[in-house]
Amino acid sequence: MELVSSVDDRYLTDEHRTIRDLVQEFARERVAPVARDLDIRAEFPWENVAEMARMGLFGIPFPEECAGVGLDTLALLVVIEELAKVDASHAIAVGAHTSLCAAPIYLFGTEEQRHTYLTRLAAGKVLGGFGLTEPQAGSDAGASRTRAVEKRDHWVLNGSKIFITHGGVGEIFVITAVTGGTDGNKEISSFILTKETCDLDRARAVGVGHDDALTPIPGFRSGKKEDKLGWRASDTRELILEDAIVPKENLLGKRGEGFKNFLRTLDSGRIGMAALALGIAEGALERTLEYTGLRRQFGQRICDFQAVRFDLADIALGIEVGKHLTYHAATLKDGGKPFTREASMAKLYCSELAMRASIKAVQLHGGYGYTTEYPVERMMRDAKICEIGEGTSEIQRLVIARQILGEPEEIIEGER
Amino acid sequence: MNITVCVRRVPDTETRIKIAPDGKGIDPTGVKFVLNPYDEFAVEEALRLKEQAGQGTLTAVTLGGEAAKETLRTVLAMGADQAVLLKGEPSFDGLGTAEILAEYLKDRPLDLVFFGKQAIDDDNMQVPAMVAELLELPCVTVVVELQRKDGVWHAKREVEGGHEIVEFTTPAVIAAQKGLNEPRYPSLKGIMAAKKKPLEEVEVGTAESRVVLERLTPPPERKGPVFIGEGPEAVSELVRRLREEAKVL
Ligand SMILES: Cc1cc2nc3c(=O)[nH]c(=O)nc-3n(C[C@H](O)[C@H](O)[C@H](O)COP(=O)(O)OP(=O)(O)OC[C@H]3O[C@@H](n4cnc5c(N)ncnc54)[C@H](O)[C@@H]3O)c2cc1C
Repeated sequence: MELVSSVDDRYLTDEHRTIRDLVQEFARERVAPVARDLDIRAEFPWENVAEMARMGLFGIPFPEECAGVGLDTLALLVVIEELAKVDASHAIAVGAHTSLCAAPIYLFGTEEQRHTYLTRLAAGKVLGGFGLTEPQAGSDAGASRTRAVEKRDHWVLNGSKIFITHGGVGEIFVITAVTGGTDGNKEISSFILTKETCDLDRARAVGVGHDDALTPIPGFRSGKKEDKLGWRASDTRELILEDAIVPKENLLGKRGEGFKNFLRTLDSGRIGMAALALGIAEGALERTLEYTGLRRQFGQRICDFQAVRFDLADIALGIEVGKHLTYHAATLKDGGKPFTREASMAKLYCSELAMRASIKAVQLHGGYGYTTEYPVERMMRDAKICEIGEGTSEIQRLVIARQILGEPEEIIEGER
Repeated sequence: MNITVCVRRVPDTETRIKIAPDGKGIDPTGVKFVLNPYDEFAVEEALRLKEQAGQGTLTAVTLGGEAAKETLRTVLAMGADQAVLLKGEPSFDGLGTAEILAEYLKDRPLDLVFFGKQAIDDDNMQVPAMVAELLELPCVTVVVELQRKDGVWHAKREVEGGHEIVEFTTPAVIAAQKGLNEPRYPSLKGIMAAKKKPLEEVEVGTAESRVVLERLTPPPERKGPVFIGEGPEAVSELVRRLREEAKVL
């Protein structure tokens, strides 16, 4: 059963709707049949990623001269949301690649960097990722220990990044590192680093994911793949920097602006995460409406029990609220207005909604919902990370509080 | 190479269909409409032939109302160059529709005219053959493979229990079957480009119906599962029912 919401009428154009229909069809025909298996085997969806690249899903908000599609943030969100209704791992492939890697290169990169890296990312030729988190620096990203030391004609980077989406499968990364300053007042900068995908054979077979023309950075490689609760078909890995030799021209943005820039990057990323979480909640409700409409106990359909109706109504209400928050944040962004507060609110609300909705979905499926025969247990596992990645729910609350108190970004507790 | 693909707007296979109160059609409220699935194979094959040829024009044609423009936009988004809406009402039987299509096609340069082998809503399977007849062109239906060797076209078509290979020369009419290819999804760029491609409208009026739809009836309600028993003693009863009632053994 497909949910239809009039909220769409308020924010979306006909073009957005056509895109929604297209991705919905793709998700139904290509993603739904393989999602369970990919999850069980923790396998990256290379075939589908190749098709998604052909459809242009990896370059939605970038101009055509950068090999992008030239659409807006709402178009990106609609795509992420539709994929997440069926499988969150497919959705984060688009989200992380676009918002966390291609977007900062578009926003802060030079013409040359856009030409070399963004065109390949936007065309979906290779996958990208964003390396911020470190073993000792999670919520407190300013505690970064990855160091970049300037030499005559290059930088030398040492350190390690963990939990990096596309760490193994990707080839282009935006990496943050400390380029100077002292504890408490570190100077952080961003760099563009390249390496070969760890799935060279698969990438060659599907024709996407590798480009011989990119020169790998010596001393930069991916480490072990995480075995995760959810997002199992997404590739999450450590990235290791051992005397990595990074050319001077790979500095992204101005030296020392890394912190400011990744905060901006995360603001956008959070709207994407909100859309992903929203998609999970919608998928969970759709499956639950179908199931409770068929399953009978005590001589009636499950959905005819009043207590069940209360739950269904609450989730539907949450989705309606989440849509407004998310699309509104995107509209602000596309209109060039500040959206930090709204992005955090959307991300916080939708990720908690996804968790609530998917737990309810499992509950209303009873024992069947606890098995892999039905997709709702996967949705429940996939929902949890939305409350952790790109700033935990606690950090979102701190961001919102700081915004409403009118405080500058820097003084959030735990973040320097 | 000039290729025309005739397409039709039909209800999505995933939609739950309700019969309209007058019993002579479906209630369109809340129904999602899509490009007829068999037409997708036709469009894909036409696109591939054009791409292989490296030149030519691919025109999408449909007979229908204003809403059918959406279907034409889908075909344009997949890669067709231009589209024509023959604005009018299709007939229930194929002939009236075929007459209008043939009338439109007869004076145009044509190498191949593609159709899906049937529309999934009325399942009549008539229009491709009738158009071919009216245009006096060869017609190959239920095509699962299409090749051109030394200027001669070869088509593999599905027949009961096997395949038939036929040869023909163009101009010709082809009706596509599932398996002919794997249709592409339109790209986002394709969707945007489609808005700018030419979409011509020609008023054609209502097609003449020689067969009138009297009444639609829904399929019988599906019966729930039957519990026959447990263990080896239930097997003979199961076999009996499969043989005598379900008639599958
Ligand atoms: C599947 C997956 C994909 C990821 N992808 C990426 C990626 O692509 N790139 C990337 O850079 N990172 C990525 N991450 C990392 C993710 O962003 C971090 O895990 C997240 O920011 C939390 O950091 P942490 O794990 O170190 O937890 P910690 O910061 O150690 O937090 C532990 C707990 O303490 C709480 N806490 C911390 N500080 C405060 C405070 N000031 N007030 C109140 N509570 C607080 C947190 O909310 C949390 O509940 C990914 C993680 C996962 C699991």
